[in-house]
Amino acid sequence: MLTVSNISFSRENPILKSVTFELARGEILVVLGPSGSGKTSLLRCLNRLESIDAGEIFLNETNIETLPVMELRRKIGLVFQTPALIPDTVKENIGVGPALAGDDFSDTACHSLLARVGLGNEYFHRNTDSLSVGERQRVALAQVLANEPDVLLLDEPTSALDPTAILTVETLIQSLHRELNTATVLVTHNLEQAKRFNARTLVLIDGEVFAEGNIHELMESEKNPLLIKFFEGRMDQDPSKKP
Amino acid sequence: MENESLLMSYGLVIGAILISFYNQLKIERELFWSSVRATVQLIAMGFILDAILNIQQPLYLFLILLFMCAVAAIISGNRGKEIPGSHWIAFTGIFTGSLVTFGILYSAGVIQSEARYAIPLGGMIIGNSMKASSLSLNRLIGEMGHQRARIETLLAMGASSKQAALNAVCQSVKAAMIPTVDTMKTVGLVHFPGIMTGFIIAGGSPMTAVKFQLAIMYMMAGATGITCLTVALLAHRQCFTKNLQLLGKFHPAHG
Repeated sequence: MLTVSNISFSRENPILKSVTFELARGEILVVLGPSGSGKTSLLRCLNRLESIDAGEIFLNETNIETLPVMELRRKIGLVFQTPALIPDTVKENIGVGPALAGDDFSDTACHSLLARVGLGNEYFHRNTDSLSVGERQRVALAQVLANEPDVLLLDEPTSALDPTAILTVETLIQSLHRELNTATVLVTHNLEQAKRFNARTLVLIDGEVFAEGNIHELMESEKNPLLIKFFEGRMDQDPSKKP
Repeated sequence: MENESLLMSYGLVIGAILISFYNQLKIERELFWSSVRATVQLIAMGFILDAILNIQQPLYLFLILLFMCAVAAIISGNRGKEIPGSHWIAFTGIFTGSLVTFGILYSAGVIQSEARYAIPLGGMIIGNSMKASSLSLNRLIGEMGHQRARIETLLAMGASSKQAALNAVCQSVKAAMIPTVDTMKTVGLVHFPGIMTGFIIAGGSPMTAVKFQLAIMYMMAGATGITCLTVALLAHRQCFTKNLQLLGKFHPAHG
């Protein structure tokens, strides 16, 4: 479904270096790496919020650069780390995507999406200003799901949540994934979270893919001292201080 | 006004200089030279206006007004240097706002195409359009940075640049209209505008002065509105790449 082939991206400095991976429909890929390793930039490139310098990205065997960008962004939905919701009702926020495309979005569809992300009907008319961080994250997820994307990109969706809320959102992501059968890319810097997802994992350090495979197997078999350092939680979070 | 009266009014500046000297404020030199500069500039302007106001050919008048638009666009465009092509955007906004307003007032018979109407009123229209353009550009840059998370969220869901930046554009236009709207709300209650005051002092009837002032205010509101709307609508597009990505200068680096 999604093929990423040797992509590189830079601003003032190189951020992504020859990143390659494939993702099938119904699969979850966890992108794990320390802060500043290029995880968010990778998702932004997939959604075309950034343009890659080299390499190619294919969605269903079509180079994404040949697709109209607005159409592509509806197919590859991105949930940001910090949701930026419109100061309006939950209903208005969830219906933003279809409204942008000029499509109708019924109240029934909105109720159904609310239920999918674990929010009751009482949230329908709630103003987003009154929501907790976790609730905002769920509304942001529903907002992206309203566009019915083929690929779902989740950028550290639990980074601002308390431990209980983290587990709830993780369960939600896994159940949504099973229900919708989308291809999902989940970005995290949290090794424990990657272990809980127990999915194929791409370890990204300083913009490079250092390892790919099941996280438990990687941790057992890895010989690379840099990766061992990361897995043991001894890696400096500042990418400029490369070990 | 007699020249002696004018000289006597300069006594106020001398008074301010003496107060400054007595209180050791150390602004005497600046006050003196500023007043000399203002005098020289205004006298020079008087001579130039004397020549300009005798111009009969509409083409020359148009070229003078165009020159004024260009100068205003340079000043205003400098306020929006973060936006590519800000000078052209400012010029288009100021020229459009001024042309439409001037055209309507001319067609309605409020003003004539004589230099003594076209130059001072043109200057007022262009000057106000310049202020509107500068405020609009300045606010738009601030809003694009401030609202970048919201703008990128909308872009990521498939919004066009116009849809993503709509709120920033609205804020920009509202901010640029504030001085004009507030002036219209308080005119006659808080302040008496210069044209009306001058007309009454020159011996005109207050009602005629009011009619002129109203025409001028409508002219300002029209020019300001058209200018800031044109500027904001043209400028927001320049904040995105052709692939509908917010320019790097409006968002921080990502990990």
